[in-house]
Amino acid sequence: MEKVALLIEFKAGRVKKANFGMATLVRRSGKAMCAFVVNDSAAEAQAALEPYGVQQVVAIRSGGPGAAWDPARWARAIAAAMDRFGITQLVGLTTPQGRDLLPRIAAQLDAPLIMDCLEVDLDRQMVKTSRYSGKTVATIRLSGRHFIYGLRGNAVEAQKAPVAAERLSFDDTPGGDGGFEVLETRSDGGEALNLAEADVIISGGRGMKSGENFRLLFDCARLINGAAVGASRVAVDLGWVPYRMQVGQTGVKVNPKVYIACGISGSVQHFAGMKSSGMIIALNTDPNAAILAHCDYYAVADLFDVLPELKRQLTASMSSAE
Amino acid sequence: MSLFKIYVCVKHVPDSAATITVLGSDRIDANVTFLINPYDEHALTEAARIRQQHAPAEVVAVCLGPSAAENTLRSAMAMGADRSILVVTPQDHDSIFTARALKSAIAQDGEPGIILTGKEAIDTEGMQTLFRLAANFGLPAATNVVKLQLQDAAALVECEKESGAVDVIRMGLPCVVGAGKGLNTPRYPTFPEIVKSRKKEVKKIDVAALGIARPASRVEIIELKPAVENRAPRALTGSAAEIARQIAAILKEEARVI
Ligand SMILES: Cc1cc2nc3c(=O)[nH]c(=O)nc-3n(C[C@H](O)[C@H](O)[C@H](O)COP(=O)(O)OP(=O)(O)OC[C@H]3O[C@@H](n4cnc5c(N)ncnc54)[C@H](O)[C@@H]3O)c2cc1C
Ligand SMILES: Nc1ncnc2c1ncn2[C@@H]1O[C@H](COP(=O)(O)O)[C@@H](O)[C@H]1O
Repeated sequence: MEKVALLIEFKAGRVKKANFGMATLVRRSGKAMCAFVVNDSAAEAQAALEPYGVQQVVAIRSGGPGAAWDPARWARAIAAAMDRFGITQLVGLTTPQGRDLLPRIAAQLDAPLIMDCLEVDLDRQMVKTSRYSGKTVATIRLSGRHFIYGLRGNAVEAQKAPVAAERLSFDDTPGGDGGFEVLETRSDGGEALNLAEADVIISGGRGMKSGENFRLLFDCARLINGAAVGASRVAVDLGWVPYRMQVGQTGVKVNPKVYIACGISGSVQHFAGMKSSGMIIALNTDPNAAILAHCDYYAVADLFDVLPELKRQLTASMSSAE
Repeated sequence: MSLFKIYVCVKHVPDSAATITVLGSDRIDANVTFLINPYDEHALTEAARIRQQHAPAEVVAVCLGPSAAENTLRSAMAMGADRSILVVTPQDHDSIFTARALKSAIAQDGEPGIILTGKEAIDTEGMQTLFRLAANFGLPAATNVVKLQLQDAAALVECEKESGAVDVIRMGLPCVVGAGKGLNTPRYPTFPEIVKSRKKEVKKIDVAALGIARPASRVEIIELKPAVENRAPRALTGSAAEIARQIAAILKEEARVI
């Protein structure tokens, strides 16, 4: 039976939540599923993915024991594992890691690849994705011998369907480095949650008036499970917050259940990054702001009045839930 | 010393602010403003910087696009490219074909010292052409590069990942570098530079002249539809406290996120 491989992504030793939606997508196709785990714990992957119907976990070891992240080498190992296990369809996530691995694998196999898929039909090799900054939705057909898909985070809601999974392993064959060498990976500690995977995003724009005021957004986000803070390009360009928080055409494209825009006018470039959100709530003092015509709920109000109240409400609902 | 050739792949894309109209069922009305893909501006700016450090060097902008893309290449030359190559094609191509055409046009022109591209095109959002181009040449590649330093026979790059982490990578030259937004601040041309760019060379090659066979692997647009928006905005009114209470209730009862 034809098997589809999932490229599993970890963060700090844990399987990222977005993988569960990916497993659900493949399970619904009725095809057998195998999860590729590169240089991370196959036991953790098995425990995390069995509830979502993953029947097989392949531990791919690349670069020998203790080898660090190396996208070029990993891509070669994944392509070799696809060959070894007879995999023709590979699904991964459109995260920074997926953006570094999936195109390398596609280039190596000369296989078609569509990143940021909103829907994937694994029977007909057809996908839906946005084109032209979210202004259009394209249905695309892939042709070739292998097919690679990068799924947009949160595009498919995870659904449980427990099975027991077996574990296999695959070691890559050592080879030259192809003139590519990762010297080190540096982290500045960063924030806990990646925007592309957040269920709720509270974003601020020029209306926030300063970087310090973003504290109002972080205060609310902390009170919502799975919430992260984003920003418009203006807030980034003014140096209030780092670029990685930018939502939009030239920032991160997000797909949360709820997007709360505070002091953001709603430019087309901002919309390009968040228009597929499940629900959009806007706070703006200007009744003519574009975003008010393209959201689900809005308040013509001063964010500096509403956000402290929202923090109070969220604190109250949190304590009543416990 | 031989000339260090810096090739920059530049895509001709609709202005991000343009209204996109779908014609038929699979293409857009191209009668809108087109310009340089924003990430490619970072690549051009970086190329001009490298040229100064690695004299003698030249910057060549390369584009696969319609004849109207000549304007985009003129802008690229105003931003610093010394000359450019336009592979003229009447139609849109996927990144598999594009990377073959770019490879062929560059290889025909000279031996690259380094190739710069954007990390992605804002129209098709493919995020892959640079890796395919690199594979076609058999070269190493890195994407979302925010820092680039050339050493004797290598490029030292920093690639931005999530949560502010970066990979520090050394690639042997030549290599392919996909520019990210953090790489630099694009330097927009002065009027004299714009005037000068009009005299620079745009070499046009017909795509058919490259003799590229139709690849067995490809992606095709079956249907293109305007993104429908079915939101019916509802106002939340009252005092700040009342608005906040309604938002909390919506988050809890309708969106079920708290
Ligand atoms: C090629 C290109 C790419 C771009 N990419 C992006 C991108 O990726 N992401 C992005 O966001 N932008 C992008 N932009 C920029 C975009 O065009 C807009 O300039 C930007 O989104 C505007 O940011 P803003 O909404 O924060 O600011 P503004 O448009 O200035 O809006 C600020 C809003 O805050 C409101 N406000 C002010 N005070 C308060 C208050 N006290 N309470 C409530 N509301 C208040 C105002 O009424 C106003 O509506 C791009 C532009 C170009 C040309
Ligand atoms: N038709 C093209 N002509 C020139 N360069 C291109 C073309 N298509 C893509 N590129 C380059 O490849 C990068 C990534 O594009 P993409 O893979 O389509 O997202 C762009 O930023 C350009 O530098």
